[in-house]
Amino acid sequence: MAESPGNSYQDSYVVSPLKKIASNQSINVENLDVFIGDQHILKDINLDIPEKSITCIIGPSGCGKSTFLKTLNRMHDETPEVKIKGKVYVDDENIYSSKVNVIDIRKKMGLLAQRPCPLPMSIFDNVAYGPRIHGLTKRKAINQTVIQYLQYVGLWDEVRGRVRTPATRLSIGQQQRLCLARGLAIEPEYILGDEATSALDPISTKKIEELFLKLKEKYTIILVTHTLRQAKRIADYIVFMYMGEIIENGQTDEFFNHPKNQLTKDYLTGSFS
Amino acid sequence: MNYIRAIKDKSARHIMLGIAIFSILLLLIIGMSLFLKALPIMKEKSIWTLLTSGNWKPFKGDFGFLPFIISTLYVSLIAITIALPLSLLTSIYLSTYASKSIQKVFEPVIDLLSGIPPVIYGVWGTLTIVPLIANKIASRFVEYSSGYTVLAGGLVLAIMILPLMISILVEVFRSIPREMTDASLSLGATKWQTVKKVILRKSFPGIVAAMVLSISRAFGETIAVLMVCGNITQIPHSLFDACYPLPALIANNYGEMLSMPSYESALMFAAFLLFVIIVAFNAISRLTLIQIEKRYHI
Amino acid sequence: MVNIKRQEERFFKALMIISAVFIMSILLYITGTIIYKGLPSLTWDMILKLPGGGFYLGKEGGVLNAIVGSVYIILGSLIISTFLSVPLVMYINFYLPKNSVFANVIRFSFDILFGVPSIVYGAFGFALMVYLGIRASLLGGILTVAMLILPIMMRSFDEVTRLLSRDLPDALLSLGSTKYEMIKVIIRQLMPGLVTAILLAVGRGIGDAATVLFTAGYTDNIPSALNQPAATLPLSIFFQLGSPVEEVQNRAYASAIILTIIILILSFSARYFSSKYSKDKI
Repeated sequence: MAESPGNSYQDSYVVSPLKKIASNQSINVENLDVFIGDQHILKDINLDIPEKSITCIIGPSGCGKSTFLKTLNRMHDETPEVKIKGKVYVDDENIYSSKVNVIDIRKKMGLLAQRPCPLPMSIFDNVAYGPRIHGLTKRKAINQTVIQYLQYVGLWDEVRGRVRTPATRLSIGQQQRLCLARGLAIEPEYILGDEATSALDPISTKKIEELFLKLKEKYTIILVTHTLRQAKRIADYIVFMYMGEIIENGQTDEFFNHPKNQLTKDYLTGSFS
Repeated sequence: MNYIRAIKDKSARHIMLGIAIFSILLLLIIGMSLFLKALPIMKEKSIWTLLTSGNWKPFKGDFGFLPFIISTLYVSLIAITIALPLSLLTSIYLSTYASKSIQKVFEPVIDLLSGIPPVIYGVWGTLTIVPLIANKIASRFVEYSSGYTVLAGGLVLAIMILPLMISILVEVFRSIPREMTDASLSLGATKWQTVKKVILRKSFPGIVAAMVLSISRAFGETIAVLMVCGNITQIPHSLFDACYPLPALIANNYGEMLSMPSYESALMFAAFLLFVIIVAFNAISRLTLIQIEKRYHI
Repeated sequence: MVNIKRQEERFFKALMIISAVFIMSILLYITGTIIYKGLPSLTWDMILKLPGGGFYLGKEGGVLNAIVGSVYIILGSLIISTFLSVPLVMYINFYLPKNSVFANVIRFSFDILFGVPSIVYGAFGFALMVYLGIRASLLGGILTVAMLILPIMMRSFDEVTRLLSRDLPDALLSLGSTKYEMIKVIIRQLMPGLVTAILLAVGRGIGDAATVLFTAGYTDNIPSALNQPAATLPLSIFFQLGSPVEEVQNRAYASAIILTIIILILSFSARYFSSKYSKDKI
């Protein structure tokens, strides 16, 4: 199922403006249980993520939102204490089946973490990192890719003279946009954001949110967010989690205006957070 | 504020400042004293002769340090060549690949090794390494070797500096923020790619520091090497020749020091030489590191 | 393309495991050899008796002289070193501004001192003793070993102090304490770190032969005054090894076991204390 990365890279930048046209995107989670040591963190999660839209996962701290997100790109593989049961189908393939190569899965998922973490290299090399490790070697192709994605996130004009300088010199808002460009450069289908704007100032937050709105035309976006306001602003679908379970989910308007569950109502009115 | 409190505070401050100044002076004092003690022989013979002559006949007045300098460099080089790759590989394994249970077993082992005093490495060297070289290894390459060789010194030294390097390197690798390795992995890199492109890059200053420390240790180690290197004054031409590093020279001959003033001065010169090498080495690597950090802002 | 990468990863992973196993085996081999050779000769006599005349040629006795000598020397050097490092570290961390040039110079010169070989300290110690008119004695050994362990203690204690959060010192100062009073309170927090530093320094100092070679002398007795020569364990081991009598050589291994056990107790305690310290940290 995985295409050989080498070829598609060398050609794709010539053919498509930004991204090759994606096939049907889908994520279906079936009976997912996650245990960290003895603690039952996620309980029987069943969820279908709608494609090419923004789904926001909300809920109080500690309810398992980040844990859930990490199951989607198999980041829990790095922590031996975590045990995962159930199935997660991405594009109709269970990513936890033994036949699947974790690298291919991660290539489909672009993760934006809470605190921007630029790699210890130049701005250019940060964005080029992904393509390079997946096999892109032609210098021209790399250049094109890097510039393209830096333009897309609106960083290019701000950094064009200093693209070979260390990425750590950027402001935190710029760093987060750099991480977004870096994640996009591997040409994923899905974008995962783990409270991606909580460390940023309001202006940088606005810029990232605008980018998400632009991106949802081509990517399926799943965001964990800490603030209801952000969810209201940009989400198409909301998933409300509490203590490791999904309490309620649905379209944004429906969810906020006509919540069905009592717990949801309490949360929305601010009885707890 | 109370007068007495003020006095206590002020005197404490003065005492501390005094100690601080003294500690910087310590380095200078050591250097100066060794230099002064070595001066007589530096006046007698030119520094050039001292450093490059192979003639060591103290009772005739010939003091050529070349055999000892070469021996020191040779033995240290062997030790580092063996120890560096081994320790890098092992510490990468321990910090990035090994499971918790394996780590738990290794850590006390490394501690154990680093706690063993040098004289015991020397003992072990004479028991196992020297016969091994004499009987099994040397026979393939040369006609005869007593086993007390450059190779023996290098091997024993390598094993001595291994635990030091490993424990520093493991700490350095562990101090890399989890978010950084996660960022690389979530982009689809394999562990090895992450090690090559992110971990080694980020920890480069730490690796250099570990190397500098271990090399300094290797240069100056006295007893362990002394027991296995042969202590024959000659310029070693092969791994299987005996050698005579500078620290061993000083240690073996201190008894003679008082017999002749120039002998004492010569040994002090050897000590001064070691001192200068270490200081220069540390200074150069520190400055280089600062430059590299500035350029790449790691 | 992917295959080359995968092979590269497998190759290095194999290499890593081989190195790790190799190192583990060497250690076990070393420990095993020493124990095998030394355990039979490890008797209570070895620990509790002084060497009799002819000890080095096979007659009876033990290494009590060396054990006590080493302990005396290390205790003396510890006192000197602690009295110098603690104020120094406090000064660098709390009296000087952050990133001050002076502090960096001090740290750098101690980094160099840390790397100076022990034989150089021995040579300097010897020169110092000649200058001061001291003979090879307990005092000479103490002074020289103190110089050796000073950078070790200072570095270790400095690292621990740097990690301390500034909340407590700031709170104390804003209550109107003088810096000196503040430090008296802080020291209590830093105790485990200090203990670790001490244990590390002792571990290094007690096993080193080159520092005491010319400076402490050697004797079969226990020194009763500072100006008397003192025996040390590393030198005792070395001399016993030099004997032509095999039984004496075996006793050398037994002494080696004694020395190693002492150092192991020290380093394990150091590790225990430092982990306790990081657990209690806020």
